[in-house]
Amino acid sequence: MAIAFNPTAAKPLRPFASFSLPLMIAFGAILGGALLQTWDMGPGLGMITGAVLAALLGYALSHHLPRKTGRLVSLGLVGVLGFILGGPLGGLVGLIIGALLGWAAYWLTTGDYRRGVPVYSTSGQTLWHNAFKFICGFIFFFLIAPILIVIPLSFNAENFFTFTPGMLALDPDAYSVKHYQDFFTNPNWLQPLKNSLIIAPIATIISVSLGTLAAIGLSQSHVPFRRGIMAILISPMIVPLIISATGMFFFYSQLGLWMEQYLGMSKDLTGYIKVILAHAALGIPFVIITVTATLVGFDRSLTRAAANMGAGPAKTFFKVQMPLILPGVISGGLFAFITSFDEVVVVLFVGAAAQKTLPWQMFTGLREQISPTILAVATVLVFVSICLLTTVELLRRRSERLRGMSPG
Amino acid sequence: MTIKTTLAASTALVVAGSAAFAEAHMANDMTLVSWGGAYQASQDNAYLQPYLEMNPDVSAVWDESSAEAVAKLRAMNEAGNITWDVVDVVASDAIRLCDEGLAMEIDHDEMLADGDDGSTATEDFGDLLVSDCFIPQIVYSTTVGYRTDVAEWNGNTPEDICAIFDLETFPGQRSLEKRPIGNVEWALLCDGVAKADIYDVLETDEGQAQAFAKLDTIKDNVTWWSAGADTPQLLADGEVVIGSTYNGRLFSLIVEQDQPVEMLWDAQMFDLDGWIIPTGLSEEREARAMDFIRFATDTQRLADQAKYIAYGPARASSAPLVSTHAELGIEMAPHMPTDPANAENTFLYNYEWWADYRDDLDAKFQAWLAQ
Repeated sequence: MAIAFNPTAAKPLRPFASFSLPLMIAFGAILGGALLQTWDMGPGLGMITGAVLAALLGYALSHHLPRKTGRLVSLGLVGVLGFILGGPLGGLVGLIIGALLGWAAYWLTTGDYRRGVPVYSTSGQTLWHNAFKFICGFIFFFLIAPILIVIPLSFNAENFFTFTPGMLALDPDAYSVKHYQDFFTNPNWLQPLKNSLIIAPIATIISVSLGTLAAIGLSQSHVPFRRGIMAILISPMIVPLIISATGMFFFYSQLGLWMEQYLGMSKDLTGYIKVILAHAALGIPFVIITVTATLVGFDRSLTRAAANMGAGPAKTFFKVQMPLILPGVISGGLFAFITSFDEVVVVLFVGAAAQKTLPWQMFTGLREQISPTILAVATVLVFVSICLLTTVELLRRRSERLRGMSPG
Repeated sequence: MTIKTTLAASTALVVAGSAAFAEAHMANDMTLVSWGGAYQASQDNAYLQPYLEMNPDVSAVWDESSAEAVAKLRAMNEAGNITWDVVDVVASDAIRLCDEGLAMEIDHDEMLADGDDGSTATEDFGDLLVSDCFIPQIVYSTTVGYRTDVAEWNGNTPEDICAIFDLETFPGQRSLEKRPIGNVEWALLCDGVAKADIYDVLETDEGQAQAFAKLDTIKDNVTWWSAGADTPQLLADGEVVIGSTYNGRLFSLIVEQDQPVEMLWDAQMFDLDGWIIPTGLSEEREARAMDFIRFATDTQRLADQAKYIAYGPARASSAPLVSTHAELGIEMAPHMPTDPANAENTFLYNYEWWADYRDDLDAKFQAWLAQ
């Protein structure tokens, strides 16, 4: 047979004209069509310019320059060209296009695209491998881009959700932090911030305590009707929120009136209690699910060993079981916190204006006056969420490392 | 003589006593419901802050829920838990709430302050008292704004409402409110129907078909809005080149935000906005709400509101007191929809006609939108 596996043979380099060049041109055309509006070009002209640039760069770089120099040249050249044609923003886009084209030129011509694929793969398999990587990249892009676009817009000097011409030209005067000032000084935002910071932590504590207890109870085999109870406890997560909210509205209205009449509580206090209880009910399913999942890996003989050594059930729980299921409890608590912190439907129904939370304020603000303060708040919240998740992940790693070090 | 004096004295005593009694029995917190944005800010500045200064014990919160006031009041009424004390609604919602018994009926002369010029409240508000439950605040209008920098228009600027329907001279995306009110009147007006005949024509099936046929000519170029903030945002973005919205929003866009936009007053649709008090409040809360409303709708307060937003005060006696913008210092009278120069060609929202035809036309409009 002529086709034999020969590890010493060099990987066949594709001919430039029939493989790399057409692909470069196609890539350049897509980039140009999508991005070159910033160089004052329509999509048509942009595609042509992109294709021409890609062809020239692809040929010049791969035939005449070593990889590192070639990439820098491409970056600089297209960046300068962009700056001349489209100002600062055009330059920025030029840098991006230059970097992408420089990378693509070497990636295609040197056969790097076959890296990570076994040598025996057919072209079809290689193509699929790379297409798959691109699809994953696009999924990440579409998940993250809508969040990132909010950040520069929140520094808008105008009172609209618009990239002004000044912003696109990177003019410092077109940017301002006035929307952040508004957020941190305007009582219309401070009151909701305070409410959110009261409601979310208390609701989280309630749902974590009740949810963890429920999960531990439901994981015991002798509990009757386990599945039925589980289904009921998880139902707030499954039933459409608007239906839970309507039901909660009528239920908690009665409860609130009762508390005001017979316990003599003020309207404000009952308002907070109602919203906190409603949010705790929404958070419980998350805690139950995550804690149940960690309990699957929990070794029951440890509790028996603890009992054997004379520890009561409470001590066993706090000293033996709790530390081991803590990661599940924490991530459940995190979900419960975010559920309460992001929740707008139930609070609109159950709460009164005195319990207005941040999402409520953002929701009404978005409908009645499209103010970029909402974007400033969103940016702050995104960073808070990132910090929160990072902290929890770091803590989890630390505890894992500590546990890994300690013998046994 | 003595009897008369005694009578007068005792009446005075009773009145003073009951006033003191009411004072002692007013609730000290209020929830006011309004529309958010610049409009609510104007109410806060002109009515609420002065009121809170006079009554330091009172605390108040705003709830931006006027858009769903009817639905929420129904739900609150069913649950027996009314959390709102005074609610700002458009006149048509006030009429519905009044019919359903969700808003309190008001004796306007008894419960509201007399005008500064000595007229009674009924005389002062005049025709604007469209419902027994409704306490008018402002006259606003729905009108049209357009961008001044559209290259495709070749230097033409819209002169009248029909520019909306003229895709040849004024090409580009436009925005209209997602409801038939206003749009069908404008469509017929621009299709050659005389203004006086519009509602007669609209009563017939052919007339309605004619209006929708006119709207059909621009349907592909219309972005439909439902919140007052939409059109200003779309105009500022350049996503639409011409569109309808409330005149106060356009004032804010043009004068305060300094965007390249101009506005038309031609064929503006007048509408009213005002307070209602929900039924089912406790006596103390009702007393507080009435006390606030009496203060907030007097001649001076209504005129003060015009310092912050370009809506016309509902009392005739307030008009001469309208002064300058609180921050910009410009005269506000020329920006009022009720200013004679602006009010040459206007529609007054025809409450009775729309009460009869609204359900029918709403359904037809939604069906037409979905086609």
